[in-house]
Amino acid sequence: MNMSHLPLLQQGIAVLAALVLFTSFALLAQTRLTSAIHSFAWQGAGVALVTALVAYSSHTSHLYLSAALTLGLKSLLIPWMLHRLVRQLNMERLVENIAHPAVLLLTGAALVIFSYWVSLPIEKLGLGDTRNIVAISLSVVLLGLWMMVSRRQVIAQVLGFMSMENGLFLAAVASTRGMPLVVELGVAFDVLVAAVLFGIFFFHISESIESLDVDRLNRLSEREEHS
Amino acid sequence: MADFLSLSGWLIVLLQGILFLLGAPLLAGWIRFVKARLQNRRGARIIQPLQDLYKLFGKEALVAHTASLVFRAAPYVVFASALVAVSLVPLLATNLPSAMAADMIVLVGLLALGRFFLALAGMDVGSSFGGMGSSREMMVSALAEPAMLMAVFTLAMSAHSTNLSSVVDFNLANGLILRPSFLFALLGLMLVAVAETGRIPVDNPATHLELTMIHEAMILEYSGRHLALMEWAAQLKLMLYGVLIVNLFFPWGIATGDTAGALLMGLLAVTVKLLLLGVVVAVMETVLAKMRLFRVPQYLNLAFLLTLLGLFSHIILETGT
Amino acid sequence: MIAFWLVLLLPVAGSMLLALTSSLVVSGWLNVFFCALEFLASLWLAVLVHAGGSLAVAGFQIDAFNVYLIMLTTFVGLTTAIFSRPYMKDVCEQGRLTRQRMRLYHAMFQMFLFTMLLALASDNLGILWVAVEGATLATVLLVSLYRTPESIEAAWKYFILCGVGIALALFGTVLVYFAAQQVLPDAEAGLSWRVLYQHAGELDPRVMSIAFVFLLVGYGTKVGLVPMHFWLPDAHSEGPTPVSAVLSGLLLNVALYAVVRFKMLVDGSLHSTDMPAMAGMLMMGFGLLSFMVAVLSLQRQRDIKRMFSYSSIEHMGLMTFAFGMGGPLATFAGLLHMLVHSLTKSAIFVTVGHASHIAGTQRIEHIRGLIRTQPGVGWGLLIGVAAIAGFPPFGVFTSEFLILSATIQSWPWLTVLLLSGLGIAFAGLFRNVQPMVYGAAPEGQSAVSANMLPVLVHLLAVLWLGLAIPAVLYGWLNEVTLLIAGEGL
Repeated sequence: MNMSHLPLLQQGIAVLAALVLFTSFALLAQTRLTSAIHSFAWQGAGVALVTALVAYSSHTSHLYLSAALTLGLKSLLIPWMLHRLVRQLNMERLVENIAHPAVLLLTGAALVIFSYWVSLPIEKLGLGDTRNIVAISLSVVLLGLWMMVSRRQVIAQVLGFMSMENGLFLAAVASTRGMPLVVELGVAFDVLVAAVLFGIFFFHISESIESLDVDRLNRLSEREEHS
Repeated sequence: MADFLSLSGWLIVLLQGILFLLGAPLLAGWIRFVKARLQNRRGARIIQPLQDLYKLFGKEALVAHTASLVFRAAPYVVFASALVAVSLVPLLATNLPSAMAADMIVLVGLLALGRFFLALAGMDVGSSFGGMGSSREMMVSALAEPAMLMAVFTLAMSAHSTNLSSVVDFNLANGLILRPSFLFALLGLMLVAVAETGRIPVDNPATHLELTMIHEAMILEYSGRHLALMEWAAQLKLMLYGVLIVNLFFPWGIATGDTAGALLMGLLAVTVKLLLLGVVVAVMETVLAKMRLFRVPQYLNLAFLLTLLGLFSHIILETGT
Repeated sequence: MIAFWLVLLLPVAGSMLLALTSSLVVSGWLNVFFCALEFLASLWLAVLVHAGGSLAVAGFQIDAFNVYLIMLTTFVGLTTAIFSRPYMKDVCEQGRLTRQRMRLYHAMFQMFLFTMLLALASDNLGILWVAVEGATLATVLLVSLYRTPESIEAAWKYFILCGVGIALALFGTVLVYFAAQQVLPDAEAGLSWRVLYQHAGELDPRVMSIAFVFLLVGYGTKVGLVPMHFWLPDAHSEGPTPVSAVLSGLLLNVALYAVVRFKMLVDGSLHSTDMPAMAGMLMMGFGLLSFMVAVLSLQRQRDIKRMFSYSSIEHMGLMTFAFGMGGPLATFAGLLHMLVHSLTKSAIFVTVGHASHIAGTQRIEHIRGLIRTQPGVGWGLLIGVAAIAGFPPFGVFTSEFLILSATIQSWPWLTVLLLSGLGIAFAGLFRNVQPMVYGAAPEGQSAVSANMLPVLVHLLAVLWLGLAIPAVLYGWLNEVTLLIAGEGL
């Protein structure tokens, strides 16, 4: 099946999914915290819009609720909370130094290829109109993971974590038209609690090590055992 | 594809070439004009660049005594390669006799040839500015070319051809389709175009006073008709990228037959599209500040990333069963 | 029915009530009281299930497998609560904790039990995920309860690593749901384990095997499988001792329970392909790797709680290996090992808590002469370690022996690896424990008020299981084995 045979709505879904992937890369490469939070908010909005479009095209009414939930939570509430935290911790102007941005991004690209490879058998099962968005969502998940591994700033790690959640949500929407509502509510609740806990932790960490750099969270390394 | 020996076809090719030659300075003038208006200046007339060229051709060409043959030959080579390149691009109509040579990779090669001689000429005299400009130009192009090729491949994979004419035909035939890969390729190609044609934020075409200049530094030693050719070639390149962007991604209006009406329609369409693009460029140049030179690689990385994502999204989202 | 709702809702009520209670004495007793009620309710539930075979209530399903773990959870919860009452009061009186945080501690303790029970009882795989993630969220503030830089770091690692792991597990769950939607007539039921199990043979094997990799890595992070285990020693060593006890004794079990449930589905799906034992092989590989790495890491630990948390990784690896091997004998052994390990390890953590109170530190080289200062704690530690190291006649010996027998039957070469691993672990544990128990007590070291009742109860239970498995329990575990492995012993 070729792209040109798809209705406009599906094309829109594909474009939005690709944009969500782009925001993942933007998140990965953003060195300024505030810009990274913006990218995250855009990603949330993209995921919400994809959800709404899928809901419209498949007449799944409970997905509208999920879309609204995502929009409210991922693109408004959590970014707002993070912004407030960044302001309170005086980190607005902070620019994180990334050692090898090109390596960072190329690894990201490799992860996209890997996700494509992993999800090939899933695609073969016939996803119909949402096509291989599963590969995109797995990429978003893995890119979030990669961001958590490669970035040294606590807030950047949290953004990676939350963007993983975005990817998971996208996977659920794209492959199965969303999980049952009760599960989705549970997941959303967990995400919200996690966001609040992250906020609490920022304060604890910045109090205890006077910085939000995870490289300084090294008291419990195994090396220390020998000294 | 039209008959290779069709006379009318070749006439249209000739017409396109002339239009390019005249249109390129006008496009540059248009951008300058809009920019001036955006900055609350009256600005020069749109035909000012044409008049500048005319004036430069009338002046004596001074050549530094350290210059070699390369320095003298470079303007002609650069201009000729630009001219050949533009004559391949479908401006008004698609199925022209020149179309069989209108391969995207040939185009990239021709542009590279021109750039190579430009850089050589910059270094030839041995002035410090020229060498600096050349090395910067090569850095920019080394980073921009992969992105450009990637964008080209993305388009080619959708259209199953690297021929410009076929790609345009393919897009025309399919009508408006939201393709994520095209979106990324378009954005990436625009970034590349800005870098390659030396516009803000990569280079500033309006000044000779900055230590960060790239293009102007290389042609600093030229005067008279040599300078005119160099300027003209640069303007041709700008228009080439402009036409590529508007005709590849928004091909509507381009003539597919060779009737006078279709051609006139094509001319009107491409003029309107280029004028709009000129406005976009002018707005961007007004809003953005020129970035520091060491930020340029990051900027081009972004372009590369975008085109790479275009390729990925083509493979992931647009192919398959 | 009532019993089930009691089991599930008592912890919620307890959590709310405890969040409102500010008196230390009252909240300690209240915690014990609620845990006791929960235990009684779960006992009632177990009797009901035993009589009726299984129980299904709107979205929940109780069969022999999870009711056994529910009982274990409430039991360990109860004994830990009994231990935690005087222990946490002491901690609070030393000034390491404020009243406010004690309230948080008690509320979250009950909340943690709730999420565990929810995860076990739920038939819906999505709810299972939500509950396991909820367990992380409930315990993360418990790990950082002391607010020292170390504990905050440990909690952060715990949060991030488990968060990532559990996210991958959700991806796996989504894939399972996707596979289910392709074959089930009622797509909405695609997350119900019972329905999936009935249709396991129809699920697409390729999708299921990809899903299982994600699920194993995801829930495996929570189990503490190498190489995703880095959070475990930190969280166990820096959190308050009762938290270490429940983490090690319960949370790891629940995560493993999730893995086993999914393995049952995947086995059904891969039944007729050319790789029918793919899931089991993966589990065996991860299990064996965790076992060996933990055994070696255990040797060089300087912190007593870290040492025992590596021992937890070792035993979880062994269980994962056993469940991966499949077959009635190995499965039975794995179930038994789950039981005895939980009992023994929580007893050990309780004792270790007292020991570190006596010495005022968790550094192994500074804990000396426990048996002289406080014989109860010294003996408790010694016997506990003997039990966990697999000495006869304790229950751990029985289960390890069964695992080894099963290995000899199907993978004879691996027995060598397992035996040498057990030997090394034994050596490492005793090398460290012997001077702590005997040795010369430092000047001025005095006994603390210790409550050794939970330790006694746990160790006696383990001893009993080692000497003779009661017929009721045998029948019960056999029923679970029948459920998991397809045939009983």
